[in-house]
Amino acid sequence: MGYVAVKGGQDAIENANRLVDYFRWKGKTEPIKVDQARTQMRLAVDRAMGEGSLYAPAHAALALLQVEGDSFEAAFHLRAYRATLERRYFAEVLNTREMFVHRRISSTFREIPGGQILGPTRDYSFRLLNPALLQASLGSIEKFIEGLRDAIDPCKLHAMTTYKKVIDIFLNEGLMSRQGNPDEDRRVFDVTREAIKFPVPRSAVLQMLARSETGALMCMAYSTMRGFGESHGTVGELRVGEVPVRIVDRRGRTRYVGKIKVTETEMVGGSMRRSPDAARQGGKRSEGAALSIGYGLCFGQNETKGICMGMVESALRSPNPDNPANNQEFVLYHTEVIEAYGFTNHLKLPHYVTFQAGLESARRVARLKQERSKEVAVGAGAGEGGND
Amino acid sequence: MIENLRFQESFNYAYIDEFTKKEIRRKTLKAVCIPGYQVPYASPEMPISRGWGTGGLHLTLSLVGPDDTVKVIDQGSDASVNACNLRLFIKEMAKCAVTFDTAAATIIQSRHRVPEEILTEKQILVLQVPQPEVLRRVERHEAKTRIMHAEADYAKIWVTLYEAYVRSGTLRNGAGHPILVNGRYVATPSPIPSWDVPNLSMARCLYLFGAGREKRIHAIPPFTRVEPLEFDDIRFKVEEFIGVHCSASGQDKAFMDQIYAEDFSRFWVINDSNFLDKVRQGPRPSQRLFTNPE
Repeated sequence: MGYVAVKGGQDAIENANRLVDYFRWKGKTEPIKVDQARTQMRLAVDRAMGEGSLYAPAHAALALLQVEGDSFEAAFHLRAYRATLERRYFAEVLNTREMFVHRRISSTFREIPGGQILGPTRDYSFRLLNPALLQASLGSIEKFIEGLRDAIDPCKLHAMTTYKKVIDIFLNEGLMSRQGNPDEDRRVFDVTREAIKFPVPRSAVLQMLARSETGALMCMAYSTMRGFGESHGTVGELRVGEVPVRIVDRRGRTRYVGKIKVTETEMVGGSMRRSPDAARQGGKRSEGAALSIGYGLCFGQNETKGICMGMVESALRSPNPDNPANNQEFVLYHTEVIEAYGFTNHLKLPHYVTFQAGLESARRVARLKQERSKEVAVGAGAGEGGND
Repeated sequence: MIENLRFQESFNYAYIDEFTKKEIRRKTLKAVCIPGYQVPYASPEMPISRGWGTGGLHLTLSLVGPDDTVKVIDQGSDASVNACNLRLFIKEMAKCAVTFDTAAATIIQSRHRVPEEILTEKQILVLQVPQPEVLRRVERHEAKTRIMHAEADYAKIWVTLYEAYVRSGTLRNGAGHPILVNGRYVATPSPIPSWDVPNLSMARCLYLFGAGREKRIHAIPPFTRVEPLEFDDIRFKVEEFIGVHCSASGQDKAFMDQIYAEDFSRFWVINDSNFLDKVRQGPRPSQRLFTNPE
């Protein structure tokens, strides 16, 4: 190896990797099992699967353990793994009306057909640190589960059921139309197989939002509610539960391949408050109907993402260059987690050539200035001479 | 628990699956056919970060074969950590030879530098590109920049050059001077210093530009006219290292790195690490040198 400004790059990388392991293990605690992470870090797993665009809880748990809990890195590992997988089948369109519902709420009505089901949520718990968790053991977990089972009266159990959707109410009343905008681009686009071009069809928008970074999407959605948009969508329905996935095999038979947990959100928005700006730009809302939905669907239980996706999806159908969240290019490019994460972090790479080019240019400018001021001085001197 | 046969067995040759490679190759051919035009491609995630050379990797891995010899440089250096990392990945995945020797390489992947040594028709230079859209500085929306390219509407970029001149007395600050490729498309040469820009024109090798994050490929085929944007009276100029000599070789007429010692004293070395090695061992490899107009 010859002379170079940075020597031993390969050694440095290997040592860096070793040091990462050292900092992970130096506390000398019991290694966390993948199964433990998968079950006890449930929401982190769900988020990683959503942003990683791969429904694989065990892989997501492994990713989270491997990267010491960093949500960006976990999503990145899943995406990189996903990119190596062969695509053997395409799933049939999910029917979320078939969902085995864990949780289902609507904020548009007090009562909804089938009832509100609060389900597993931390929404109404006090955010107080719980030292009791320090005492948890396998024994206490068993006891808790047994207690829960005993508390259930088998006579009061309903048969397994599915639920109608809240939007059915609007559909039946003609407040919402099944007919989309006839001008809408209804192609099914695959963002993993083709680079997007603007304007992007709705299918691509939904795919990209479903894969976007939760926090970035929340930022966009939040902005529409406080000054940078005119939406305050209402949660028509938010449901979390398991949906069957089916494929059609090579002989044309429909096959059940398993179920996935998803969060589905239908944000109801009125077209009454449609901005004149949006109307001028052909904001896409169904003709005649008073209400429309902003749709959100993501892997696992990630309600923040589901709601924000619904709001942003709705905002994107009313383009308005004044608001970040109403701008397809702004939202879709900048909420894309792997790209944003990678590019912001690439600033750690050496930039000395580019910097040198800039520096040289700055020096040239300084030199020019100096020469110019000398010329001015000489010119002034000559002028004085002339007066003599 | 985790049945991950992919990891237990091996990856596809050169990591990327054949369907994706086919797409990249087709898009690369299109880019070669339309010099300077940015061709969109799928750009799947790679196991390295976006913005760290994924576009370059896509191109290199879709081109490489077992008989190839690959060289990877980052900011002119073979030993920069990211260059080491990419080289190791390419070598492991493609089972190809790797080298530091610019002349021995069939594919050179580079970030922000064109080697000083003249490249031949047997070589391909793959440049990593952070922002392929030369018009992004003047127009933030992709939909609009595509129309501007289609209509060859480059007025805004000319205005920025003019403004740079009015403000600072030079056409542009820093790396990545915009170029006109084959008299049609204005493109970015990637953030290479102006020093390297003249070497893109009428070269014997193929230049490929991969922007993974932005999902675009563009190309400068061999013997293609490439003109840095300049005015009739205010001309494009390369960096001038006035009165500067390389402290390792005593030579000049190469792009220089500025290095600071412990006591903040400044010295210079030739940036291109392999070129520096060759200069020190002699004979000095042939270069295409550009003389700044008066």
